[in-house]
Amino acid sequence: MKKTATTKSAPKPKTKASAPKQETKLEELQAIRERKTVLMQGNEAVAYGALDAGCNFFAGYPITPSTEIAEILATELPRRGGVFVQMEDEIASICAITGASLAGAKSLTATSGPGFSLMQEGIGFAKITETPCVVVNVQRVGPSTGMPTSCAQGDIQQSRWGSHGDSPAIVLYPDSVKECYELTIRAINLSEKYRTCVILLLDEVLGHMREAVRLPDMANVRVISRIKPTVPPHWYKHYDENQKYLSPLASYGEGYRFHVTGLTHDQLGFPTNKATEAADMMERLRKKITYNIRDLVQIESYKMEDAKIAIFAAGIVARAAKSAVVMARKEGIPVGLLRPLTIWPFPDDAVRKMLRDVDVVVVPELNQGQLSREIQRLVKDRSDSKLIKIQRVNGKLISPTDILRKMKEGI
Amino acid sequence: MATIPQRIIHEYLRHDKKFPHVWCAGCSNGIVLGSIIRALAGMDIDRDDIVMVSGIGCSSRMPVYVDFNTLHTLHGRSIAYATGVKLHKPHLKVIVITGDGDCTAIGGNHLIHAARRNIDLTVILINNNIYGMTGGQCSPTTPHEAIATTAPYGNIEPDFNVCELAMGAGASYVARTTAFHTQETQNMVKEAIEHPGFSLIEVVSACPVIFGRLNKKGGAPQMMKDMRDNSVPLAAVEKLPPDKLEGKIIRGVLRKELRPEFCAQYADLVKRVQAKGGEA
Repeated sequence: MKKTATTKSAPKPKTKASAPKQETKLEELQAIRERKTVLMQGNEAVAYGALDAGCNFFAGYPITPSTEIAEILATELPRRGGVFVQMEDEIASICAITGASLAGAKSLTATSGPGFSLMQEGIGFAKITETPCVVVNVQRVGPSTGMPTSCAQGDIQQSRWGSHGDSPAIVLYPDSVKECYELTIRAINLSEKYRTCVILLLDEVLGHMREAVRLPDMANVRVISRIKPTVPPHWYKHYDENQKYLSPLASYGEGYRFHVTGLTHDQLGFPTNKATEAADMMERLRKKITYNIRDLVQIESYKMEDAKIAIFAAGIVARAAKSAVVMARKEGIPVGLLRPLTIWPFPDDAVRKMLRDVDVVVVPELNQGQLSREIQRLVKDRSDSKLIKIQRVNGKLISPTDILRKMKEGI
Repeated sequence: MATIPQRIIHEYLRHDKKFPHVWCAGCSNGIVLGSIIRALAGMDIDRDDIVMVSGIGCSSRMPVYVDFNTLHTLHGRSIAYATGVKLHKPHLKVIVITGDGDCTAIGGNHLIHAARRNIDLTVILINNNIYGMTGGQCSPTTPHEAIATTAPYGNIEPDFNVCELAMGAGASYVARTTAFHTQETQNMVKEAIEHPGFSLIEVVSACPVIFGRLNKKGGAPQMMKDMRDNSVPLAAVEKLPPDKLEGKIIRGVLRKELRPEFCAQYADLVKRVQAKGGEA
C-alpha cells in the first residue's frame, strides 16, 4: 500500500511543471495560425507547410529529432478535419500514408535515420505504384542509433538509393526555417504532380533551430493537387502514358475500381512478366524525372558570377558556407556558393557549369563524402579542377572559419 | 464456343488478362474466394465501396482477380495499408486478404495493433500452415513436428493459435472455419463485414501440393475430407469429452462483441475539437 502511495505522489510535481509549458506551446501555435511573425522551429515550419499545402493525413511514429512535426500535426489536423494517427512503427506509417493517398488524401510522415531505413521498402512501393506521398527525414548521426540529438547529413545517398531496385527520386533540402516551410509545400506539390514519394531532408539543427518567420497569407501559397481522370471508368488507365508521363490519378471509392500492386505492372496496373511491358514501366518511372529536370531542379547561386573558387554545400552547412564566402570576399578571395535545394535529381548541369567556371571546388559536408562523390562523378572530364573535401561525422557542425581555413590550406 | 453457365461469381471477376490464376490444382484459395464473393453478392454494398487489400503470398494474389478497388501491397503490411485507406474514407468496406505467414509472422505487429485499435477492417486469414509461394517453408502456424523445407527434421516450434492471438490483442469479432465449410465461411464473411469493428476470420485451408506432399496428407480430396472430419463446431465442443477434442479444429464465432470503433472514435474527437474552436 505504501508503495502505491509513493508512486502516486511522485509524478505530481512533474504535471505541475508541464502544465504551463503546454499552455505556452498552444499560445505559440495560435500565433503561427494567426500568421504573426514568430520565432519558429524548422520542424514547426514543416508542419505548417504541410497544412498549408493541403496535407490532411499524417501517420507517424515518435523519433528524435523529428517528433515535433508529429506533435503539432496531432494538435492541428483534428482541428481541420484531417487525420492524425500514431502507428505501431515506421513501416506501418509509410504504408498507412500510401493507403490513405490511394483513397485520395494528401499524406505525409516524418521520421529520422532509423525510421527512414525501416521505411525504405514502403518508399519503393509508393514509387513503383506512383502514389503521391511525402517523407520528411530529419537527419541525425548514424549509423544505427548513432547520436540522436546531433547533426549529420548521412542520409543523402540513402534518400536516393535506399530502396532496392532502380527508382526515381525527388529529394529536397532546405537551409533555413523559412525554407523548411516553402520546401514542404513544394514537396507535397511535386508528389501530387509527379505521383511519387517525395523526400524532404532536414538537418537536425535545422529541425530544432528557431528563426523569425512570418508565414505568407494563404492567397500567396501555390498549391498543386493531383489531376483527376475525366474518362469513364472502363477507359481509365492507372498509369496512362500522358504528356511528360504525368497522368491522372483516381482514388478508391470513386467508381474506377483500379488495381494497385508492387509487382511490375502494365498500364492498367495488372502484374506482368512480359519483357516489353516491364521495360515500359521502368522507362516511364525514369523518364518522369529526366523529362522534367528543369521543373524539378532548384539551386541557389551566391556570388558565383566572378568566382574562381566555388563551395558546393547543402542544408545547414550551406549557411556556414555563405558566411565563409562573405569572409573570404572581404579578404579579396573570389569565392562563390552553389547550393542545391533539390538534391535529387542531382543538379548535374549546374555543377558542370560550375566546374567549367572555377579552378577549385570546396565540398564541406557532415558525412564521409556523399556529396563530393557526386561532384567527382562530374569532374572526371576536367582533371585540373581541384576538389577540397571537408568532412565531419562527430556530431559537431562545420563553422565558416573551418571552411575558410581548409580552403586556404587547399589552394 | 462452349457455353459456360454464368454464375454470380463471374459478375465479380475481372475478365481481361487476369486468368489463368496462379493457384495450384486443389488449392483452397479459390474456394474461399467463391465464399467471399457469394457473401458480398448477398449484401447491399456497391462494389465501388469495397476495397480489397492484401500482402504477399498465395492467398494475397486474390485481389487482382476481383472487380473491386484492389491493393496488393508488401509482405506483411496489408493491414497497415488498409488502416490508411479506412481512416481517410471510413465509409469504404475494407477487406484484408492475408495468409498465416503474411499476417502472423512478418505482419504480426500490424495485426495486434489493428485489433487493439478495433478499426473496422475485415481480415480474412487463409491459413494453409506453410509458406506456399516460396515453396514450403515453415510458418508460425506450421504444426509442431510437421515437415517443411526449412524444418526438414520436423518443426520444433509450437504453433500460433491465430484466433486466440487476435482475441488477446482485442479483436471484437473472431471466427474460425475451414475451406471445406463454404456456406459457413460465406455467413461469417457477411457477419464480419457487417460487424462495426476489427474482425478476423481464420479459414483453415488445404495446400495439397506443398504442405500436403511434404506431410503425406494424401492429396486434395483427402485433405478436404480431413477438414470436414477433424473439425468440430463450437456448439458441440461442450458436449464432447476432452480426449475427443484432441487435435480438432474448433469452428464457429469465437467472439462477437461491441467495442468503440477507431474511425468512429476519431470522428468524435474531431467533432469535440472543432466544437471548441478548431477550423471547420
